[in-house]
Amino acid sequence: MSEPAQPPAPTAPATATDPAQTHVVTQWEHSSPLVSCRFDPQGRFVFAGAEDMTVQRWNLGTGAKTALAGHESWVRSLAFLPDGETLLTGGYDGRLVWWPAAAETPTPIRTVPTAHAGWIRALAVSPDGKLIASCGNDNLVRIWNAADGQLVRELAGHASHVYSVLFHPSGEFVVSGDLLGQIHHWDLATGALVRKLDAGPLHTYEGGQAVHFGGVRTMAVSHDSKWLACGGLHKATNPLGAVHEPLVLSFDWSAGSLFKSQVTPEYAGVLWRVLYHPEGYLLGIAGGSGGGVLLFWKPEEEQTFVKFGLPNLARDGDLHPDGRQVATAHSDRHLRISRLEKKAGA
Amino acid sequence: MRCTYSCRSEAHLLARRQFLGGLAAGAGALVGGFSTFVRPAIAGQIAQDQKRVLVVNMAGGLSQLESWDPKPGTNTGGPFRAIPTSVPGVHISELLPYTAKQMHHLAIVRGVNTKEDDHGKGAYLMSTGRRQTPASDYPVLGAVAAKALAPPDSPLPGHIIVTPGGGGGRGNDAAYLGPRYSSIVLGNGQPPSNSARDEALTAAADDARNALRRRANDRFAQRRRTAQTDAYTYSYEQARQLMERRDVFDVTKEPQADHDRYGTYDFGRHCLLARRLLESGVTFVQVTHSNYDTHNENFDFHLEQLGEFDRSFASLVADLAERGMLDSTLIVVLSEFGRTPNINLYYGRDHWSAAWSVVLGGCRVPRGAVWGKTNDNGTEVVDGQVDHGQLFHTYLQAVGVDSTESFDVGGRELPIADPATGPIKELLA
Repeated sequence: MSEPAQPPAPTAPATATDPAQTHVVTQWEHSSPLVSCRFDPQGRFVFAGAEDMTVQRWNLGTGAKTALAGHESWVRSLAFLPDGETLLTGGYDGRLVWWPAAAETPTPIRTVPTAHAGWIRALAVSPDGKLIASCGNDNLVRIWNAADGQLVRELAGHASHVYSVLFHPSGEFVVSGDLLGQIHHWDLATGALVRKLDAGPLHTYEGGQAVHFGGVRTMAVSHDSKWLACGGLHKATNPLGAVHEPLVLSFDWSAGSLFKSQVTPEYAGVLWRVLYHPEGYLLGIAGGSGGGVLLFWKPEEEQTFVKFGLPNLARDGDLHPDGRQVATAHSDRHLRISRLEKKAGA
Repeated sequence: MRCTYSCRSEAHLLARRQFLGGLAAGAGALVGGFSTFVRPAIAGQIAQDQKRVLVVNMAGGLSQLESWDPKPGTNTGGPFRAIPTSVPGVHISELLPYTAKQMHHLAIVRGVNTKEDDHGKGAYLMSTGRRQTPASDYPVLGAVAAKALAPPDSPLPGHIIVTPGGGGGRGNDAAYLGPRYSSIVLGNGQPPSNSARDEALTAAADDARNALRRRANDRFAQRRRTAQTDAYTYSYEQARQLMERRDVFDVTKEPQADHDRYGTYDFGRHCLLARRLLESGVTFVQVTHSNYDTHNENFDFHLEQLGEFDRSFASLVADLAERGMLDSTLIVVLSEFGRTPNINLYYGRDHWSAAWSVVLGGCRVPRGAVWGKTNDNGTEVVDGQVDHGQLFHTYLQAVGVDSTESFDVGGRELPIADPATGPIKELLA
């Protein structure tokens, strides 16, 4: 396999987006509820995991749908090598699978049958495309060689399920977050734990129901590497009944201190994904009893400056490489594309 | 009010003899109180072969699809896979790997349809075997078991419920069987409330105080004995004996290796306490694991809860089997209902009583059996449908109680179980 290409540097759209003008432009329906979605780095496709255990690929130009079948459970984790030609999927069956992203009929290139004991919760690819990080319900983070699927390193130390993982843009560190709201900052070269950050407000233990709930559901590093945003939920007064609100905790990466909490009062749901838009604002994708929403925060502000209501509860989302389109995976079996700008012709 | 038990009937004479015999036994005396069965011979039969009941209550409504009746790969199956068990051909959810190895001791009832999706009403009918009505109240299984199975001279209560939290105390769940058979609640597995002698009181002073009480009580009873005074006397005597056997409730006396094996969390400790209580001769022990009412994120919460349940429950089943107690101990794993095959917007499952599962084991229950069947995606029962009434009969018949009999309560014949239905014969070896 040739060396993966370097990831495209994030660039702001030539014309600024306008989140206040966000609107849905495309709805594609599948036969099963969707649980995850990602654009490929070249912006040709959007892939979505479904409750029928398949991954569905839609061609953004034609809307053609292709199924990728290689898991025995739901696929919540999707990632790409930087050139966009290789898709990685991590399933609740513990499998890690490599796919030819653009093949007419994709079949697995490589499968690690038990990458984790239990669910794979998240995947990330190193900036140089050489390494893959996975995390899951075995409380572990594992680092894999992207070229041959060999296990490179195992990072043990979380006390609960690991919900999210990312590579720091420097390529030197891996960051992982767990159910208990603990964030571990690992040195990639040695596997040593550098430090822990406390995102405890993202975890709730509800004694009456005897359940742990919440966790670091999503993380993102700002494009200038100054901030680490960790998302999930708080105010979980009734975890079993879906009563909670989204929360983002933004940390100063250098200091390791909490910089700002981004909240969404009067909306009930969980933040499934947080992203830094190239224009600098924070984009959140949330779903819950308050429906599905796209949330927009300025990094220095606590309250959203735009909250866009989606037609149905969202379970995951992604930002297109063009910075103007957002894909969302929905419980009503639809994959939706929204544009962060004024409607054409309006 | 004068009690009516001295009517000179054969049944009441039995009770009278038990009472007098208990007194003759000295400090351990218990009042036999009301007669148990219309046909007293049954009591003797059961006494020869002491049976016990363990109920594990999965509070909130365990998902049958994430436990005993998985449907992987269907539109209702969710993300978990099915795994083989120690019974060839029988699969359960991958969330129960330890229990899977014990399934040859257990039986699954997969065709339960109770037609009741309300928590309170569902819990009532599953614990009493009958539907709640404004005009009637029925005793729970623990009260019935204590009445029918507990030796009259047992120094320990016959009906104990271990709850995940809260305080202790006495339940109000014996209905017409009377408070003697109501549950004693061990909040978070703690010993019964106020069961330790006050440190300011010496043992000698306590004995003297009780001797005085007994003398006064006996003198009073010679001429003015009533049902109320008997209940009063019984409560005192039971409390005193319970204080003397307080160590039975002290799970810390169990080996550390067993604590580690069962799990060092509340439910693990409660299961170990259940083993200790059953081994000590307590007739009925219920352990509650909470909470399965997963309208939101059903899969994460079942992962979390069943991870606890599996290890502790499987350890308990294995121990009961290894110690030769399964022939005398009935195991029941129940909920108030199951959960919807449909997965809702929030990855949750809602209340569902039309097609769910209960697990049994021990006594007359055939080992490794599966009774009843749901359709491919679990939305309905297609074979062997049963309800709460049939299950209640089955529990009792499994421990040798003729559930078609009646209790004699103050001269009234009250059916032990719903006479409109009967046991699941296929689950009684």
